[in-house]
Amino acid sequence: MRAWTVLAFAALCVPASVHAQPQGTASSRARDVAPIDLTGYWVSYVTENWRYRMVTPAKGEYRRIPVSPAGVPIINAWDPSADERAGNQCKSFGAGAIMNVPGRLHITWQDADTLRVDTDAGTQTRLFRFTTARASSAPKPSWQGESTARWEQVAAPEKGGSLRVVTSNLRAGYLRKNGVPYSERATVSEHFDISPLPDGGQLLLVTTIVEDPVYLNAPYITSPHFKKEPDGSRWDPTPCSSKW
Amino acid sequence: MLIEVVTRLVHRVRPVGGPHKAALAYRVALRRDSGEGGRSLLTLIVVLVARTACAQAAPTVVPSQFEIAGSWAPLATEDVQNDSVPVDYLGLALTDEGRTRALAYDESQKSMIERQCQGWGAAYAVLGPFGLRISSQSDPATKRVVSYTIDAWEDWMGMTIWMDGRPRPSENALHTQAGFTIGRWEGGALAARTTHMKVGFIRKTGVPLSDQATLDWRFFRHDDLLTVLLVARDPAYLVEPEIISKSFRLSKVPLDFRDPCVPGFEGREPGDSVPHFAADENPFLDEFIKLFHLPREAVLGYRETLYPEYRKKIKDTYVPPPPCTEDCGVSGNFVRRRGPTP
Repeated sequence: MRAWTVLAFAALCVPASVHAQPQGTASSRARDVAPIDLTGYWVSYVTENWRYRMVTPAKGEYRRIPVSPAGVPIINAWDPSADERAGNQCKSFGAGAIMNVPGRLHITWQDADTLRVDTDAGTQTRLFRFTTARASSAPKPSWQGESTARWEQVAAPEKGGSLRVVTSNLRAGYLRKNGVPYSERATVSEHFDISPLPDGGQLLLVTTIVEDPVYLNAPYITSPHFKKEPDGSRWDPTPCSSKW
Repeated sequence: MLIEVVTRLVHRVRPVGGPHKAALAYRVALRRDSGEGGRSLLTLIVVLVARTACAQAAPTVVPSQFEIAGSWAPLATEDVQNDSVPVDYLGLALTDEGRTRALAYDESQKSMIERQCQGWGAAYAVLGPFGLRISSQSDPATKRVVSYTIDAWEDWMGMTIWMDGRPRPSENALHTQAGFTIGRWEGGALAARTTHMKVGFIRKTGVPLSDQATLDWRFFRHDDLLTVLLVARDPAYLVEPEIISKSFRLSKVPLDFRDPCVPGFEGREPGDSVPHFAADENPFLDEFIKLFHLPREAVLGYRETLYPEYRKKIKDTYVPPPPCTEDCGVSGNFVRRRGPTP
């Protein structure tokens, strides 16, 4: 390989371009340029959609979800015991639903360019990758799929920003515990925003947009929120269950 | 020509967050190339592979303010109204006094001619089913934004968010349904606080909000989605804040402007007593509980029911309701059948 080719390769691999680099920032590793700090423990605060999140709704109910005609037979055929027998007890803990499952999040940096989100409900792990390096072969679809992430930083001199995550390559799952489906072709787009609480503390707002050309007629949009906790003393891992 | 074609190709495969670095690098590489086709192809492959493997995580810079004026259509994918049955306090953390007042409320109050057009308080902006029609008002001399206005509906008084730094009025100043709201841009979101509201409701089913309540708002915009976060605090009736977040989609056409409320006779004569229940004798107390097999403490708005621990607590006792087989809605949901007051 000629020297200029090496130079071209190197030019692409050096930290961030001037174009997108916030002023005064030396590094472009996602962890170092984070405009907001999402790390720590967060607990679901279930003040919305309580009946669809805290308990399992009746079989056949899909109110508020824009289900396509193709989804209705699946909903009416929901059989949690069959899911369990087939080893699909995590079907309602996939990326399309997990942020709405009441529980706690533990958010950490797995490495400088990968944000890791663990959930105690269903013991799931999501990896938000800020680089687009991929394996040579497409990975198998999974409950949490493949997530690419990008910071959106507010222009100086203001501070703050948001995290945008897009997830695909999912295993087919449920949007709700009672079998309202999303397919392997679904895409989940999320915006993570932080807001201070008036009496102290912080709130994490996750605006979640599920699009599925198979089982949804329109995007399904929810915005679950979480309160920040001082530590992990209430972290309580619980395995997936198709019945609860 | 070849350079242009390949440059465009490289632009197209640009991954999330990356600018034009690959294209620029390719241009540099080609200038150093002797022009042989094989080398050009090799260069292209190298650049594409490198671009894919090494895309960096530089943030996208977004403006500190966004255009909020416009028509924002409701999405109806979240259940925040909780007004389909009279006693539904799910997702609330009420004080005992708040619960008692809520249970004493009779929806027939709204049939009284003097209450029909009373409207709902500021929080109804996100609790109600309608969209938001937002406009901005500017100072004619400086052209700076003085305020944003969210237009009223027939049963909601609208809201003005003052952006000009004016002070909040005295505690003893006039309290209104809409209250007094001051806003500012913060961290890329519009943050606002509402005070000076009259005694009102946080739910249409009669859950009260006192005149000491405070509403903190935050408006986030992501592409054509506006997500409104509301944190309601009330020292009289809420043990913990009520937090509601609701998204709206930018509409290409203006939302309908709704006619103002016009009172009419709805079966209550002027001077009739105010309809109400004794709190412990509310005839609808068990309706929601029975319909959906819900725990009583959740339906009555006890604090512990808002946290994940509660889900685990009821795991072994909760039995889902059977599927709806009659009087069902289009989405398989139960529809309330209401006869005479039981």
